[in-house]
Amino acid sequence: MNAFSATDLDSANKRREHAFRLLFGAMTALLILPVLLILGMLVWKGHSIFSFEFFFTNPRNGMTEGGIFPALIGTLYLVTVALFASVPLGVAAAVYLSEYAPDNLLTRLINLAIINLAGVPSIVHALFGVGAFVLFFNFGTSILAASLTLAVMTLPVVIVATRESLQAVPQAFREASWSLGATRWQTIRRIVLPNSVSGILTGVILEVSRTVGETAPIMFTGATFYVAFLPTSVFDQTMAMSYHLYTITTQVPGVPEALPFGVALTLIAIVLALNSVSIAFRMILRGRKKW
Amino acid sequence: MAEAREPAIRTRGLNLWYGDFQALFDVDLDIARGRVTSLIGPSGCGKSTFLRSVNRIIERLDYVRTSGSIEVMGQDVLASDVALTQLRREVGMVFQRPNPLPISVRRNVLFAHRLHNPHGQSRAEEDELVERVLREVLLWDQVKDRLDSLATGLSLEEQQKLCIARLLPVKPSVLLMDEPCSALDPEATSAVEELIWELRGDYSILIVTHNMAQARRASDECIFMLLGKVVEHAPTGDMFVTPTHSETADYIEGRYG
Repeated sequence: MNAFSATDLDSANKRREHAFRLLFGAMTALLILPVLLILGMLVWKGHSIFSFEFFFTNPRNGMTEGGIFPALIGTLYLVTVALFASVPLGVAAAVYLSEYAPDNLLTRLINLAIINLAGVPSIVHALFGVGAFVLFFNFGTSILAASLTLAVMTLPVVIVATRESLQAVPQAFREASWSLGATRWQTIRRIVLPNSVSGILTGVILEVSRTVGETAPIMFTGATFYVAFLPTSVFDQTMAMSYHLYTITTQVPGVPEALPFGVALTLIAIVLALNSVSIAFRMILRGRKKW
Repeated sequence: MAEAREPAIRTRGLNLWYGDFQALFDVDLDIARGRVTSLIGPSGCGKSTFLRSVNRIIERLDYVRTSGSIEVMGQDVLASDVALTQLRREVGMVFQRPNPLPISVRRNVLFAHRLHNPHGQSRAEEDELVERVLREVLLWDQVKDRLDSLATGLSLEEQQKLCIARLLPVKPSVLLMDEPCSALDPEATSAVEELIWELRGDYSILIVTHNMAQARRASDECIFMLLGKVVEHAPTGDMFVTPTHSETADYIEGRYG
């Protein structure tokens, strides 16, 4: 025994420390487990379907055979059009809110509304899309209507991500630029935006991942069960991966087991690929930044 | 000759409020041309507020109101047809914390210049300008091989000199400096002070400082402010030797502040 020997209290603290560490670790493991199980099961049951035919041909024989080509293309089409609608709008709104809007009640209400918009269930967005784009603007059930619905749904993601990355640019840079005689727009264009691109990209990729997977917003506004031809304009209907997965698992009898798993795996692979692109972008852009 | 005697900055009855709080009370000041004037006083006395109202950068806080007049080189700064771009070309500002823009050294130097010459100049003309102003701030030899690297990677002393250099291409007449050395170590401080002293004559310099020794050794005139009012304005030598107000004497001798 010396003056620094552990007392009973120290040993009790040590046991508690150990217990909590174990508890938090176990929780983390519990979180990872479902992800691994889902991915494992998809690969296990779905990989046998992967072939040239699966990716590059139309479904055949009442969806029970053939590939997913039109759905794959349709999903890319939907996502692209949605991006063209939501990114300019979302970035512009975020720039206004972060760089121009005075900090008053109205601005705070708008910010609150944006956060609430993010919490609206996707089926509600779907109904809004039917009412606004399909019927009121008379776009019919079309890629345009579906993409705009997706765009409205994901706008909050773009706005919030952009606003946060704009606000992460130190105020000192803005002051420096203004004090040199630059206008607000010159400051935004030359200093603020170039330094927030990585954050904006993150928002865009998050949006893409969400857009790829959504089913509800497109099922009434533009997605269709089957079309033999690829879409030629934004006013066509289209097949889409997520909706295709929904139909072959719930609406079509006699689909071989591997088919839906293969579709799901492809869907997840697209999301993962897009996410890794965003991570790569961010790493490159952050590496250049020093302050 | 009369015009040459006109002060670089002249304010009359300048009052300024942050919301309900009045920060400046009837400030009447004439800041001499071609000299270094230091502005001293305890924290919160309104020195930075005064400085920031000369180039009107204070207005970005939308709860600020001013009354009275401010003239720079005889021109009304608060007139309704004043373009802030033009005002800030004439009145450059150096901040407490060096704040080079997160772009290359070269582009920092050319930033204001390019705002005023949007259609561009030849690379050679720009190169010459960059070299000339970097030499003027005694920075050329240190950074000539790093013109294309990020300005935020320079040492603090180099950054602060660069922040001064980037004001010069647009030929300002007044330089406002808000505690330009307080983020620097003693060696860098004396280098920047030396530079400020070099620049006097060509530019009228108004410098806010907390550092009595700096005010004493690096300024021609000194203004002491207290609670938003000007207490004393005198040649630096006189103020430090024979202050006429007891508040000035107390502050200079470190009895408060």
